Amino acid sequence: MSEPLLKVQNLRIELSLRDGIAPVIDDLSFELGAGESISFVGESGCGKSMTALGIMGLLPEKVGRIASGTITFDGEELTTVTQKRLRAIRGNEISMIFQEPMTSLNPVYTVGEQIAEVLRAHQGLSKSAAWNCAIELLDAVRIPNARRRVSDYPFQMSGGQRQRVMIAIALACEPKILIADEPTTALDVTVQAEIFDLLNELKRQTGTAIIMITHDMGAVAEMAERMIVMYAGRNAEQGPVEQIIDHPRHPYTKGLISCVPHIMATLNDERYELTEIAGIVPPLREFGQDRCLFASRCNMVSQKCLDKRPPEAIFGDGQRAACWHAGAI
Amino acid sequence: MSTPPIIPMQETPKARHPMAEAWEMFRGNHAAMVALVVLTLIIITAIIGPYIYPTDPFDMVWAPFSPPGVDGFLLGTDYLGRDLMAALIHGARVSIVIGVAAAFMSVFIGVTVGALAGFYRGWVEELLMRITEFFQVLPTLLFAMVIVALFGASLPMITFAIGVVSWTAVARITRSEFLRIRELEYVTASRASGAKNGKLMFQIILPNALPPIIVQAALMVGSAILFEAGLSFLGLTDPNVVSWGQVIGSNRQYILDASYTVTIPGIAIFVTVLAISLVGDGLNDALNPKLRQR
Amino acid sequence: MMIDDAQTKLLLDVQNLTVRFAIKRGGLFGKAKHLYAVDDISFQIKRGETLAIVGESGSGKTTAALAVARLVSAYKGRVNLNGTDFLSLQDEDLRQARSKMQFIFQDPYSSLNPRIRAEKIVCEPLDNLDTIPKEERQNIVDKLFEAVGLHHEQQRLFPHQFSGGQRQRIGIARALATQPDLIICDEPVSALDVAVQAQILNLLRKLQADFGLTFLFISHDLGVVQHMCDSIAVMYMGKIVEYGDRKSLFNNPLHPYTKALLSAVPSVDKKRRAESKRILIPGDPPDPLDLPKGCRFANRCPVAQGRCQSEKPRLNEVTQAHSVACHLVNETGIAPIHE
Repeated sequence: MSEPLLKVQNLRIELSLRDGIAPVIDDLSFELGAGESISFVGESGCGKSMTALGIMGLLPEKVGRIASGTITFDGEELTTVTQKRLRAIRGNEISMIFQEPMTSLNPVYTVGEQIAEVLRAHQGLSKSAAWNCAIELLDAVRIPNARRRVSDYPFQMSGGQRQRVMIAIALACEPKILIADEPTTALDVTVQAEIFDLLNELKRQTGTAIIMITHDMGAVAEMAERMIVMYAGRNAEQGPVEQIIDHPRHPYTKGLISCVPHIMATLNDERYELTEIAGIVPPLREFGQDRCLFASRCNMVSQKCLDKRPPEAIFGDGQRAACWHAGAI
Repeated sequence: MSTPPIIPMQETPKARHPMAEAWEMFRGNHAAMVALVVLTLIIITAIIGPYIYPTDPFDMVWAPFSPPGVDGFLLGTDYLGRDLMAALIHGARVSIVIGVAAAFMSVFIGVTVGALAGFYRGWVEELLMRITEFFQVLPTLLFAMVIVALFGASLPMITFAIGVVSWTAVARITRSEFLRIRELEYVTASRASGAKNGKLMFQIILPNALPPIIVQAALMVGSAILFEAGLSFLGLTDPNVVSWGQVIGSNRQYILDASYTVTIPGIAIFVTVLAISLVGDGLNDALNPKLRQR
Repeated sequence: MMIDDAQTKLLLDVQNLTVRFAIKRGGLFGKAKHLYAVDDISFQIKRGETLAIVGESGSGKTTAALAVARLVSAYKGRVNLNGTDFLSLQDEDLRQARSKMQFIFQDPYSSLNPRIRAEKIVCEPLDNLDTIPKEERQNIVDKLFEAVGLHHEQQRLFPHQFSGGQRQRIGIARALATQPDLIICDEPVSALDVAVQAQILNLLRKLQADFGLTFLFISHDLGVVQHMCDSIAVMYMGKIVEYGDRKSLFNNPLHPYTKALLSAVPSVDKKRRAESKRILIPGDPPDPLDLPKGCRFANRCPVAQGRCQSEKPRLNEVTQAHSVACHLVNETGIAPIHE
């Protein structure tokens, strides 16, 4: 078996808080192959975005740090490289798009200038070559009439178009990995559908691996091959998407799938009660305790769950679930 | 089958008023705390100082130009042989009273104008903001001088003059806060449940608009003290009432021969205004909910 | 008699509601233009039922809800709540009548006054109304806290001491305080975490069953709407494009926009994903200040014809419980887009 493109092992990221240190990412391991797409799912405050920032080397300064573990990208160890090298990797080989397309573009430059800027900085293109390339990129992300729209300012575009521009900037240097942090949360469903469509096609064409962070199980099902369910900084469950949706082995995963009212193919008069996951994600200061952090919200909880952190139970096809009762679910 | 374990119930936290949290935040700010202590000392001095140190600041108690520490006068004497220590202590009262009273006045005018403009919008806003702009473009010192020159240099008149030229900033802040808060959902919620306009304005929006106004008011006390000092320096205040600015003004000819006569009240003004700004700054941080989240 | 029965069950009747905003363009002396955020919409809700208005951003769904509650002023139309003409009420009458129509807001973080204790927030509508003696109010607040699943001890806390879901519960308790006839829920769960959404949706349904509440439910999330509503109105650019009861609209969506909207919702259901093909509607909605002459959806519609560009479609009944505004749907009720 060949080496995966990105390999994260036993990653632990710590945040310093007013009353101590909390492990926002606690012993996380996963692999991402070239051209693969993987999705992080969970509620807010579970450490999904923090993982992405850790990989990008963009943890909040002085507050967050990688305490232990390794992040190996293309044979290179990212936790020990210099800031300079990290900057070169960011944008060139790993790039990122964010949730809010309103604020991630600079309002005083045209979108063309912003795309060309990235191309010139990372690929050393000349001014006119970069401009032409910007037009091609806008065309590639299906902005109609790209030659004219390239000199638009961000405020002249709709939310969906701005997110397309962000994707164009992210893809400008043909990265090996694209990290998308809730890329469609701020957008309407019909626009979301178009963005998903676009991302899937770009992935097919360029072979870029995609890490998508989301809270929407439906989006995961449409976009990813494998998923990682995060809870309170830990891996709750990971494995192939279809397999997990068919048969989740962690009560949290099960809850996430069934707590959302999904559109049904045919509707009858019957209405089911939504499954609730009682309570909320524990506060940061409880992270890292040697017990199952989901226990307080779980309906299968036993004494064991409160005494010791559950190990990962391994099932077929790389499905792993950190639950004492995984076998029984 | 094991029995379900007992999960410790999360205890209900104690009710904590947002202001209590602001105070905690303020306490963590060392500069602001030091400034608060200094300011408290100055205010205590202003209140009880004259009783403890009853020397009349207008009495000629010793030879002129006796330097600080010599001849038993801690801060020396001025060109007429008056005790500078007495002037400083008695003058604190006037400076601070004028500062606080003028700030109160400008907050009162400013909040009223800003609240009405921001709440009612439309022609009310247009009219009130034009008036505000009119006062904003007036040369403040000149305008205050005209008022004092026309109506006499009594303490209330000086307070009035300072207050009337400095309320515009408060009005602008209040208006912009009102414009922001009136669109928030909890205001709509109150409206939807039938709250009257007066209640909306003063019980719901105003308390939430207060933080920046409080900060501005604190800074205004400082600037009012400076303003008073400026007027006194120009000799436009009551010569029979001692204030820090007046001491500087009356000694200004001797600044080269006996610099301490000007420096000492100058330092008093400087320290007071600096303390007020630091407290204002601390308030700003403490009342800003975004900073408090961390 | 059947007809009489239906009449008495009708709680809210909205006719030809129109809301417009004046937009100034071109400086001080520019001519004011009008933006029709809600353009001539009509709908009814029966007592004890839920009508959902769905649409994307800019569709006018929230404006419509605000206009029904008189939180923005309507330009034209009638809102009849339980026999009272709500839009013609003045001053004191309006203030009293507001207790019959309450609002649950989208953002639990900005909908509660941060300086007031939870009990006071819930009690505010009663205080404003001032018809119930003070001693009884505390009693009502106790009951409301219990009904929405909050502890008695939490009454003294301030909003920032609650989680998002708990805050939304406080908002719901506040809306229930005056025993209103109608509760308008404006995206009540879209700002909450997925796991918490279920808690709130279940609570709303339970309260509806327990107290016989009537909801006007505004949402962009079709899954949530399908779960909550009895009938549904789909809005696009200020117009209702399709209106029908839950089953017929979801099982047989007729308007191309409704179809596209439904197909765009990502699904975990493998079967549904395989069955339905995604209908993409590229492009943007038209400029609301410069609306096209014909159908407002025509420029994005995959099946638009010449007639759609030139002639406005009217909301026509296909069956008694299902209306659609599309030229391409005739009396037989066959959708213009098939899978």
